[in-house]
Amino acid sequence: MTRTLLLVGTSKGAFILDGGADRTDWSISEPLCEGWPIHDLQWDPATGSIYAGGGSPWYGPAVFRSDDLGTTWTHSSEGLTYGDDGPKIPTVWNVTPAHGSIFAGVEPAGLFRSDDGGATWTHVSALRDHPSRPGWQPGAGGLICHTIVPHPTDPQKMWVAISAVGTFATEDGGASWEARNKGVVDCNSPDPHPETGQCVHKLVMAADDPDHLFQQNHCGVYRSSDGGRQWEDISTGLPSEFGFVMGTHPRDAATAWVIPLSHPEEGRTAPGGALAVWRTPDRGDTWERHDVGLPQEHAWVGVLREALSVDRHDPAGIFFGTSTGQLYGSVDEGVTWSLVIDHLPPIWGVQAIEVD
Amino acid sequence: MAVTVILPRSLVSLIPGTVRTCEVEATTVDEALARLDERTPGLRNRLVDSGPTIRQHINVFVDGQQARLDTALSPDATIHVIPAVSGG
Repeated sequence: MTRTLLLVGTSKGAFILDGGADRTDWSISEPLCEGWPIHDLQWDPATGSIYAGGGSPWYGPAVFRSDDLGTTWTHSSEGLTYGDDGPKIPTVWNVTPAHGSIFAGVEPAGLFRSDDGGATWTHVSALRDHPSRPGWQPGAGGLICHTIVPHPTDPQKMWVAISAVGTFATEDGGASWEARNKGVVDCNSPDPHPETGQCVHKLVMAADDPDHLFQQNHCGVYRSSDGGRQWEDISTGLPSEFGFVMGTHPRDAATAWVIPLSHPEEGRTAPGGALAVWRTPDRGDTWERHDVGLPQEHAWVGVLREALSVDRHDPAGIFFGTSTGQLYGSVDEGVTWSLVIDHLPPIWGVQAIEVD
Repeated sequence: MAVTVILPRSLVSLIPGTVRTCEVEATTVDEALARLDERTPGLRNRLVDSGPTIRQHINVFVDGQQARLDTALSPDATIHVIPAVSGG
């Protein structure tokens, strides 16, 4: 029987929810990863391992690993350093398995790679060697490498997103990086079109189409049809340009979801206190609001950048967590919603996986 | 010379094989942590940041006095490793 699990990162530990085969009756683990703040959890289907990235205020950054679906864990930060003369790394923001390696995005922004399952790490230094780095500035969440998008078939290609810097791509396995922010507005700069400085919040790839990317940015929602070399604003029709999460359909390259939030200087919560997920069926040409089952009064909640995930079922399930500890789910591609669980710590990351 | 090291409960929980109180041969705090890391690999990384310095929210005391990595140890010293009062 294939079960759906939700890997949930929170400010006070990780949790694993088990939705069985039908995703309607959920059980939940105790707090995992020693109660550490965990930004992101990912599953490596090639090995069956779960990875969790985070950082303790006392004990520093680490990537945790479980080979038994969360029953036991190991952890390491060996090599997660910029050296004794470099800046200190407080936490890991993203951990992504790809092509036999594990990649970690950290604060202050940088990328690390492990070729031994997370036991030791090596700095992918060319990203921080990019000529634009002296101008890199932090967003409200810090100067963070928060999103890693590997190419599905070519291990030489990868995209990363850094707040508040923008999108970068490599086509030579990380040896060099190119800023890919053309067409993305920096609404917090006198120059609205700098090479870098665009505050990308989340970068996602269309299903089975690595040239087609989407991003939820501080200043709008965008799409690209050429691997991020040029971007086009697709915010028209949404109630707000601002938000953090974005997800794509597992099979339909034209379908994506966002959760717009109120203006960044006006709370960053569900607009009007009414929580809704917005879906585009046509790569952002149009948007439709879905709120059935979601609270429509006094829902002054936020949804942070890693806290939405789309599973691979048909119809696809969508799950998102809030900054106030509610986790909502839909098993009909976002048309109707229900509360999966309440009273968790602030939710930072949600990942839906299917296991046997 | 053997010095006594007393570790916090949360660190013992985090790193299997670690014990709350142990003895190591060391002449500085840094050496003591290195000896502990040999017994339970990864322990030093949890307490020492780049620099190297003791992590910001970890306090190390030698015989009751705040210490650094280069603090010298007397033959019968006692090292307390204590997480700072911080967090939310």
